[in-house]
Amino acid sequence: MNAAATISYVPVVLIGGYLLLLLGLGLVSQRFFRGTSADYFLVSRSVGPFLLLMSIFGTTMTGFAMVGSSGKAYSDGIGVYGLMASWSGLIHSGVFFLVGIRLWAIGKRYGYVTQCAFFRDRFESPTLGYLLFPVLVLLVIPYLLVGVISAGKFLQSATAGTFPELFALTIKAADGAVRAHPLSGGIPPWLGSGIICLIVLGYVFFGGLRGAVWANTFQTIVFLCAGVVAFWMISDRLGGMAEATRRAAESAFGGPRLAREGMIGHLQFLSYCLIPLSVGMFPHLFQHWLTARNAKSFRLTVVAHPIFIMLVWVPCILIGLWATGHQGEGVNPNAVLGRMVNQLVHSPVLTGIVAAGVLAAIMSSLDSQFMCLGTMFTEDIIVRRFGRERFSDRQEVLLARGFIVAIVAITYFLALYLKDTAHVFDLGVWCFSGFAGLFPLIVAALYWRRATKAGMITGLAATAASWLMLFWHDIFAPGKKAGGDELLVAGMMPVVFIVAASAAGVIVGSLLSRPPSQATVDKFFPAPAAAK
Amino acid sequence: MNLKRHSAAGRRLIWFLAAALFVLHHDFWWWSDRSLVFGFLPVGLAYHAAFSAAAALLWLAANRFAWPDELEAWADQAPAETRQPVTHG
Repeated sequence: MNAAATISYVPVVLIGGYLLLLLGLGLVSQRFFRGTSADYFLVSRSVGPFLLLMSIFGTTMTGFAMVGSSGKAYSDGIGVYGLMASWSGLIHSGVFFLVGIRLWAIGKRYGYVTQCAFFRDRFESPTLGYLLFPVLVLLVIPYLLVGVISAGKFLQSATAGTFPELFALTIKAADGAVRAHPLSGGIPPWLGSGIICLIVLGYVFFGGLRGAVWANTFQTIVFLCAGVVAFWMISDRLGGMAEATRRAAESAFGGPRLAREGMIGHLQFLSYCLIPLSVGMFPHLFQHWLTARNAKSFRLTVVAHPIFIMLVWVPCILIGLWATGHQGEGVNPNAVLGRMVNQLVHSPVLTGIVAAGVLAAIMSSLDSQFMCLGTMFTEDIIVRRFGRERFSDRQEVLLARGFIVAIVAITYFLALYLKDTAHVFDLGVWCFSGFAGLFPLIVAALYWRRATKAGMITGLAATAASWLMLFWHDIFAPGKKAGGDELLVAGMMPVVFIVAASAAGVIVGSLLSRPPSQATVDKFFPAPAAAK
Repeated sequence: MNLKRHSAAGRRLIWFLAAALFVLHHDFWWWSDRSLVFGFLPVGLAYHAAFSAAAALLWLAANRFAWPDELEAWADQAPAETRQPVTHG
């Protein structure tokens, strides 16, 4: 049989069709655009319970959840679920409940769009707003990198063999012979990542946050369904779930990964509890919270979020575990899911659907992150600096779009540089650790009347300094390998020290300085009568 | 126990349950156990999947007993002095 005759372009066509469908969704959502910046940035605060759940969940689950979790389970075993997923189920919803609803109330009452504006007014300090902006942008970039690297790597794995002449890759074997690389013929990461960036840019440009909310809802449904299909197909091809687990358990590489002994330390496992606190300071989640029609819209999100996490993570962890038996040792963790899909889901149609589902998970976070960066730049820098009256709504939207393009370009080139050295899971954890470091700031701003501007600035500086030092040491250190061991300090995740430094900065800085005026404090704390 | 909705007792119950779940997360008793549940699910993974379901039940109870109705009412009140809404940007 001619090799070319065995190539199926169906998955690529399905992926392409799905991407075009998303662009179409952006175009349709544009028809509902009311022409105001409030509508472009906050969907006119009109989002109900179902769309809020789907958009928040879709935003929270990224390449980290699917590509990262399966790769990390392949490296470190089933304990990865306890590290991230079960902690997140408990803590994410707690943060939505205690921080999200309160911020929604303050945002609605005073018309806030961004975190910087809230902090600026809460502490009577324009300087705090300007200081917070670059920190938030710098922390979102690793999150964007997670998505862009995951998309490129996954597309290459999922389309391997489709374009054997156009994207040929070879490797030199130990015996000196040159052979085709397992990923030969796949869409290379520079192209795959670029396509995904352009598609997300497209529907965000057309539809603003409404486009992102609609696309997130659609994509969350797609990746939940595709996950079920992928899981069923992969387990079926491996001889059933019991057989797949048995093969992993009996392999020298996979056996130890059925438990946590020797894979994950006790203090490491415990200290991961601080990482999900990051959702309290994600600027893109802040923006999604503000889209809620009313506080009751949060009820469904708070309850269903842990269940949805379980539905996505359990299959991914099992696929990563099964890969230990099927693929053996030595696979790049970022490519585990793509290789399992490519090698085991032999139906071209199902391969295409599954690939679209994984890309859906990745893109449903990228869109909100792109949007929040554009919103922050427009609201916190341009409008703040030059005055709102200076710009029409249309000009504000154009400015947001321009900044989004610049950030996407920077992220894209960084992703190309880091794609072979940065581990998607570790990069995600670093991003979350930075945002978790800012959590004491938002808690103090919402619940501590005595918190001050100096406390916020000290906490911010402590977070930035500790995060930068530890991140640089872990990610950019010479000789760092993808999937290498995580940086642990005294057996604990660095997030412990980042959060501790931040909290100490907030507390000490606040106690040593004067609080904002009583009128300002009263503005942000419901009076006891209202709280009964 | 007769829990009135949004009562202080309800909130205390939610805090207590959240703290209990926090402690139960650290299942050291299954740390090195490789046995399987339903023939395919490692017990450490099965436990934490069940933990996720328990977390959902906790937040369902929080909706029932500790929902901050007062915040919604506060958000809807027109403040005497407000920041310029972005809709008039």
